[in-house]
Amino acid sequence: MDIVVLIKFVPDLVEDLEIDAATGLLDRNFLRLMPNELDEHALEQAIILKERHGGRVTVLALDTGDVDEALYTAVAKGADRVIKITGDGFDQGLGNRRIAAILRRAVGDVRFDLILTGTQAVDDLDGFVGALLAADLGLPYVGYVTQVVAADGRVVARKEYPGGLNAEIEVNGPAVLGIQAAERAPRYVVTSKVMEAMKSAKIEELAVDEVSVENELAVSSMALPESGTHAEMIEGNVQQVAQKLAVLLKERGVLA
Amino acid sequence: MSVATSYEFLDKVIRATPDGEKIRKCLQCGTCSGICPYGFAMDYPPRSLIAALRADDFHGVLESDTIWLCVSCFACASVCPAKIPLTRGLLATLKTEMLVGGSIPQELQAALGNSRRYGNALGESPKKRAEWAKDFTVPVPVLSAHKKPVEVLWFVGDYASYHPRAQQASRALAKLLFVLDVHFGILGPEENSDGDTQAFTGEWGLFELLARKNIQAMSKYQFKEIITGDPHAYNAFKHEYPRLGFDRPVKHHTQYLAEHSDRIRALLQNRGPRRVTYHDPCYLGRANDNNIYEEPRQLLRAIPGLELVEMSHNRAQSICCGGGGGGMWLDGYSWEKAHTRTSEWRVKEAVAVGAEVLAVACPYETPRFEDAVKSTGNEGKLAVKDVAELLVESIFG
Repeated sequence: MDIVVLIKFVPDLVEDLEIDAATGLLDRNFLRLMPNELDEHALEQAIILKERHGGRVTVLALDTGDVDEALYTAVAKGADRVIKITGDGFDQGLGNRRIAAILRRAVGDVRFDLILTGTQAVDDLDGFVGALLAADLGLPYVGYVTQVVAADGRVVARKEYPGGLNAEIEVNGPAVLGIQAAERAPRYVVTSKVMEAMKSAKIEELAVDEVSVENELAVSSMALPESGTHAEMIEGNVQQVAQKLAVLLKERGVLA
Repeated sequence: MSVATSYEFLDKVIRATPDGEKIRKCLQCGTCSGICPYGFAMDYPPRSLIAALRADDFHGVLESDTIWLCVSCFACASVCPAKIPLTRGLLATLKTEMLVGGSIPQELQAALGNSRRYGNALGESPKKRAEWAKDFTVPVPVLSAHKKPVEVLWFVGDYASYHPRAQQASRALAKLLFVLDVHFGILGPEENSDGDTQAFTGEWGLFELLARKNIQAMSKYQFKEIITGDPHAYNAFKHEYPRLGFDRPVKHHTQYLAEHSDRIRALLQNRGPRRVTYHDPCYLGRANDNNIYEEPRQLLRAIPGLELVEMSHNRAQSICCGGGGGGMWLDGYSWEKAHTRTSEWRVKEAVAVGAEVLAVACPYETPRFEDAVKSTGNEGKLAVKDVAELLVESIFG
């Protein structure tokens, strides 16, 4: 079973985010990027399927800068091919319709039975890339997938709905799946294996020039959340704290 | 994945340390398993592990994951009559095998991932590594901005840089260095985790990555010696970094301060706690025969009015706080397997000798023992303080 995995690089929230006053958008100059967590789950699920059924795993990522280490790590985990898609303005952040159009061009030459990607990315919580790509390719799409079972040429995706409801959806032929969680947490691969991959593996580059996109959305401005009122710390000994707490709870109607 | 045979694994163990051959001389006395703080909960404490390998049952060994209880405290290695390098050789090598095979508790995976990505196990921003030093009226010099040679390069370390409790001890040490008028500097954002504890989880590749970054950063600056408050950094600089071409003198802060004890003594006043006991960190004491036992005690005894009492396990017999070898990042796992914490045993020993303060000299220990004070119901009875903090309290009140 040949699988394509799509990895999007998103801002690492360990660093503070800043809004560029001039553009009103995220200041991307000092951003540190990292693979979107759910895309890491997609990669894990792909490697699990490869271990079970054989085949090849190809990872595609837009070159937003600093993506090499993550691609080599994917090789160390078990990916067979890693492809970096290059083009103008990728590092400034693209809308999902544009990303989907670029990916549509990039997957053109790759043979696959499944395309796995995170069901959404933390930077926009849009969740459309997989679906848009599937529509472009004329393939079925299932999102919020927590399990993928392949047997006898069929693929059954388990989809998780709110409220604990699950569905098992059988998809025919090549399909795009948006992964909510791999069946186990993404694996850790030791540093020596990543170093080995850096020496032996090759990151392929694929240039995608202008793509035409209709109905593209543009972000007009962004703002950091305003900090709300802070928690009130109740001072005093146990007796005093308990008394004040009881008064507060009564005031707010929690206690009669 | 193909599994190595017992003999292939033994070969790796033998090659892991210069005296690895000694594993052949194991007489199966079991002293190692007896002294191991977590031996009771391990499927294969050191003696059983060697027996299993001799019986060619490496497969069985790999089916158990209780090697992750090993806190790399060097207790086993220090009592082995055949002087087998059990901690650095046998146990750390088995952990490597577990990592490569993917048998790794989730919480440890997070710490290793953080170390690789951010250069610190806590997953904090590398840019904020020197934030703890922000509030001083005299700024703590960060070498990239200082541009002058210094006497002392202070390697602060992960926990001392980022952990809110350990930061307090860092501020105390900074105060002492200022009082002693030491020309010092820190690496700040250029500093990475020393990598020692990652190495003892078996992640030697990660250790090397981190060590090379530190060596590179330190090579840019002129200094006479390194001091560190972190026994793991001390151990790494002294015993592991030299393999990578590093050759700079290093002292633990208690050693450095003990050298200046005459000047410190003149500043100390009688206002601190009266009854204090001292916990020997594994990596200052028995690990690699580092044997730094007397300097911290000398500093504590210099404080007027302070009576130093010893716990039943002291010096080379000290019991690990539970943070070494990855234990710092395996609290949930260890609790699930063993239902006890060595930090709690230690706190009970301190209470038993009537100490008001448990003095420590490692950034892992202040938070670990403070938690243990609470979980054993000894809150208010026992305080946990770094030696540097006790000195600062005696000087400044």
